[in-house]
Amino acid sequence: MADYSWPEADRRAQIGARPARLDGPVKSTGFAKYPSDQNPRGLLAAKILTCPHAHARIVRIDTSAAEAMAGVRVVHVIQGEGSEIQWAGDEVAAVAAVTEDVARDALRAIQVDYEVLPHFVTEEDRDQAPGAREAGERAEGDPDAAFATAHRTVERTLGMPQMAHMCLEPHGQVCSWDGDELEVDASTQAVSTLAGQFATELGVPASQVRIRTEYMGGGFGSKFSPDRWGIVGAELARKAGAPVKLFLERDQEVTVAGSRPSAFARIRAAADEQGKLVAWDSDSWGSGGLPGTGQTPLPYVFSRLPNRRTRHTSVPTNLAGSRAWRAPNHPQACFLTMAVLDDLADELGLDPIDFLERNLDLTGRPDTYREQLTIAAGMASWKERWQPRGRRRESAVQRGLGVSVHTWGGRGHSSNCDVTVHPDGAVEARIGSQDIGTGTRTIVAQVLAETFGLELHQVRVSLGDNVYPQSGPSGGSSTVGGVTASTRRAAQDALREVLVHVAPRLEAEPEQLVAEGGRVFVDGDSSRGIPWPEAAAQIGGAPISVQGRNPGPGRLISSGVGGVQIAEVEVDTETGVVHVERMIAVQDCGLIINRRLAESQVYGGLIMGVGYALYEEWIPDPVSGRLLNADMEFYKLAGLVDVGSLEVHMMTGPGYDERGVIGLGEPPVISPGAAISNAVANAIGVRVPYLPLTPDRVLDALAGRGGPA
Amino acid sequence: MRPFGYAAPATVEQAVGLLAAEGSEALAGGTDLLSLLKDDVERVDRLVALRGVAGLSGIELDGGMLRIGAMTTLQELRDHDGAIAALPALAVAIDGVASPQLREMGTVGGDLLQRPRCWYYRRGFGLLALTEDGRSMVAEGDNRYHAIFPIGQARFVNPSSLAPLLVALGAEAVVHGPAGERRLPVEALYQAPQTAGERENTLAPGELLAGVEANVDASRSAVYEIRQRRSLDWPLMAAAVTLTGSGSRAERARIVLGHAAPTPHVAAAAGDLLSGQELTPETVAAAADAAVEDARPLSGNRYKVQLARTAVRRALGQAAGMEI
Repeated sequence: MADYSWPEADRRAQIGARPARLDGPVKSTGFAKYPSDQNPRGLLAAKILTCPHAHARIVRIDTSAAEAMAGVRVVHVIQGEGSEIQWAGDEVAAVAAVTEDVARDALRAIQVDYEVLPHFVTEEDRDQAPGAREAGERAEGDPDAAFATAHRTVERTLGMPQMAHMCLEPHGQVCSWDGDELEVDASTQAVSTLAGQFATELGVPASQVRIRTEYMGGGFGSKFSPDRWGIVGAELARKAGAPVKLFLERDQEVTVAGSRPSAFARIRAAADEQGKLVAWDSDSWGSGGLPGTGQTPLPYVFSRLPNRRTRHTSVPTNLAGSRAWRAPNHPQACFLTMAVLDDLADELGLDPIDFLERNLDLTGRPDTYREQLTIAAGMASWKERWQPRGRRRESAVQRGLGVSVHTWGGRGHSSNCDVTVHPDGAVEARIGSQDIGTGTRTIVAQVLAETFGLELHQVRVSLGDNVYPQSGPSGGSSTVGGVTASTRRAAQDALREVLVHVAPRLEAEPEQLVAEGGRVFVDGDSSRGIPWPEAAAQIGGAPISVQGRNPGPGRLISSGVGGVQIAEVEVDTETGVVHVERMIAVQDCGLIINRRLAESQVYGGLIMGVGYALYEEWIPDPVSGRLLNADMEFYKLAGLVDVGSLEVHMMTGPGYDERGVIGLGEPPVISPGAAISNAVANAIGVRVPYLPLTPDRVLDALAGRGGPA
Repeated sequence: MRPFGYAAPATVEQAVGLLAAEGSEALAGGTDLLSLLKDDVERVDRLVALRGVAGLSGIELDGGMLRIGAMTTLQELRDHDGAIAALPALAVAIDGVASPQLREMGTVGGDLLQRPRCWYYRRGFGLLALTEDGRSMVAEGDNRYHAIFPIGQARFVNPSSLAPLLVALGAEAVVHGPAGERRLPVEALYQAPQTAGERENTLAPGELLAGVEANVDASRSAVYEIRQRRSLDWPLMAAAVTLTGSGSRAERARIVLGHAAPTPHVAAAAGDLLSGQELTPETVAAAADAAVEDARPLSGNRYKVQLARTAVRRALGQAAGMEI
C-alpha cells in the first residue's frame, strides 16, 4: 500500500508559502475570459420576462407581437396560461434576439394578463404568516427546573432578515449546440455535476454535454445547478440553431438567484453563580422564501449546554426560494447565540471572553478556542482596552469591543485528478474542479510543484472543464481538501513511477530518491542526483499518466475547525451610524497550502461579514410584494472604506499542521455579525436586536424602542 | 430601450426651441436619465444634449458673486480653488457624491434637477406611487428613506447635493426659455407634484436651467450630511446653514434640509429663532428642535427626525466654528 502524506515541515518548499495567485495578472488586467465574456460567432442574446406580482395566476399570454419583431429569433413561453406564480421575479417567458436591446424590447411586447392573488412577504411577525409550519420541539435535560434555580437569566428577541448573494457576475451561461452536442460556458460552482442536470432536462446523454468554467465571478453557494434560465438558454439555442447568451439582469440576480434565509428567535439563557451556562430555551422562526426554512442550529458552538429546549417554525413567504449562502445557517445561529451569551455575560458582570472561557467545555473544541481567544485578545489589547457596557466618554461617538466564536467542518469532497509527466519534464494536472475565485488553480499547482520539487511556473494546471476527471462542487469549504488529496496522491504515484526509471541511473533504489529543488537525488546525498528534465527523460518516449482519487479523511485531509473574531466599532449615538474600525480574526484550517490565499479567504469573509452586519438586507414591499432594493443603490454592500482595518491570524504549526488540509471558505464569514453586534452593544450599552445594524435600528434601541417582533 | 431622437444644439436659442417640443428632455451628464430610459421608468421622444451648447458651463467669481454654469461638472467645481475658498461648504456637498465617475460626468444643473430616488418611482409606480384606488404605496409600504415633511401626496425626497446649500445662500437660478431669460430663487425651481402628470420642478416646456448665482461674500455656510456608508451612498439626511454676521452672533440664519421633503425644506422657524441671537449650545439645540417641530414622519422613518435634528445642530456648529 503506497504511502500518501505531506512532506515534513522542514522539507516543504511550496506548502505553507505565500505565492500570489496564478491568475491574478489575467484577472486584474481584464484578459481573463469569464463565462459572461464568451461571444462565439453568431451569438444571440436572450432575456427573460418575469412576473411583477408576488402571487398571481397567468390568465392570458400573447407573444405574437414579440415574435413579429425584427431581430427576434425565438420566443419561448416558460410558464403558460393557468400557471400560478408564487413570487415576483419568477420567469414567465424568454426571447432570443440579435442584440440585448432587441431582446428587451421584445419582452415588453409580450402581453401577459394576470389575476393578482394575495401575497405575504414580511415574516418578522410570524403570527400573521399564512402557512407557517411548526417543526416540533426538541428538549434535553430539564430546562424549566434549571431556569427556576439559575443565578441569572436573560431573554431576548433577535433577528436578521433575508438577504441576497449579489454575485458580481450574474447567474447565466452561453449555450452552443453542434448537432446533439451541447457546450455550456457556465458561471457555476459545479463543473463536474452540471452536465447530468442539463442532460436530464434536455433529453440528451450527459456524455454529450460539455461544461466549461475557466473563471467565474462569485457564487457563494448560489451556483450549483443549471437553473431554469440554463435549461431555457439551451432550449433557445437549440430552437434558434445559434449560440445563445443568457445572463440575468441585475434586478433578477438580486431577486431570484440567491438569498440567505432569515432567522428570528425568542431566546432565554441562564447561568449559575460561577458563570456556567445551565439552561437554554429558544423559539425560532424564519423564511427562505416559498419553501420556508429549516431549523437554525441553536445553541451554536455551545451545543453541549445541558438543559435546553428548542422549537422552530418555518414561515413561507412569496419570495424566491433561498439558496446555500456561505456557511448555511451558521451566521444566523452564531448571531442569535453569541448575542444572547454576550448579554448574559453583561448580566453576570463578566468580561465576555472570561464568560466564554468558563463554558468552553460545552463546545467541541475547547483547547482550540482557548488558544484562539488568548491570541485574539492579545491582538486586540482586550485586557487593557475592554470596558463594561455604558457610556465612557463625553462624546456622541462611543467605541466598543465584541467577540464571537464559530465552527465549521470543511471536509474535502470527492475528487479525481490526472497527473501527467512528460519525457521533457513537463508536469500537468487535469481536474474537473473549478476555481470560484478562491485560488484552487494555484493550490493544485503548489501541490504539484511541491511533489515534483519544481517551481510553480514549471507545472501546468487545467481545470474548469468536465472533460477532466470528476471533482466535486465547490460548496461547504470542501474543495481545498478534495483537490489537494487527489492531486497529491496522483502526483506521488506519478513521481514513484518516474523514480523507478531513474533509480538505475543513480545506482540507488527508487525508495531512496527524492525530488526537491529541481533535482532528483539520493536522500541524504544530493551529489548523487540529476536535474529534473534529465530524470524525466528516463521514462522513455511515452508520458506517465496517473489518476489520483480522494478516498476521504486520512493523513492528507480532515475536518472540523474553530475560529474567534473580535470587532471594534464606533457608534455615533446621535445618528445611529455604525462604523467598523477593526476586525480581528483568528482561524485554524489544519495544514495551510498557501498562506496568502488563506488570509485572503479570511479577509473576504470579514468584508462580506461587515456587509451583512451593517448594510445588506432584502427589502420586500408589503404593498406590491416586490423587492424595493433589487439594485446596487439601496442593496448596500460594504465598500473598501467601510470595512476598517482587518487583521488575520492563521493557526499553524504543531497541533494544526498534522491534521492535514481542511476547508476555509465558510468559517470566517460566520462570526462578523455576532462580533459586530456585540461590539455595538458594548459601545452603546443596549442590544440592537436586529441585523443589519442600520441607523434606524440603532436609534430605536437607544431610545428603548423594541425589536423586530 | 425604446427608440428616441437625439439633438445636439450649439446655442441656447436652439436648445430652447428643441426643448419646447412635447416629449423632449434635456440631457446633461446622463448619469441618471439614461438609466431611467433603459429601465423604462421615463420615456422621451427626443433627447436634447446640452454638452455642446455654448455658454452653459464655467465658473466665475466676481467680487462676492459666484456664478456657476449649469453644465459645469461637479468635479470642475470641486477643482475651482476660488469657488471652494469662497464657499468651503461646496466641497463637503460635492465630496458627498463619493464616486469619481459621477463627479466627472454629473453636472451642477443635473444635480439640481435630478429625478427622485424613491424606490417606488424607480420601479415604475410613478412619483406619487398611488394604487389604482388612490392609496399611497409609500405610506403603506416601506418608507425608511422617504420624506418626514411630506407635501400632500408627494412623499419622495429631493436628492440634490447642492440645492440645500444654494437655497440657504439665497442663490438665484438663471433660466432660459422661449420668452428669454428669467431669474428665480433656487428654491422656486422645485415643487411637490400633486397629480400624476406633474413634475417636481417648475421649469416650463422649452425652459432650461442655464446656471446659478449666489452671493457668497457676507455669510458663513456649512453642510452636514448623514450617510450610512462612507463609500458611495445617498445621505439619509442633510442640512445646510448660512449665517450672516460675525463672531458668535447670527444676524440672520437660514437652515435648509435635504433628503427630508419633496423639495429642499426651508426650516424657516428654526432660522428665525436664531436670527439676531448669540449662538450657544442652547440656542443651537433649540433651533434644531424647531427645525423638526412640524415633521410628520411616516410609518418607518421616525429616525430621520432625529437625524435632521443632529444634522442641523452639527451644521450650525461648523458654520459658527463652535463645538456643539
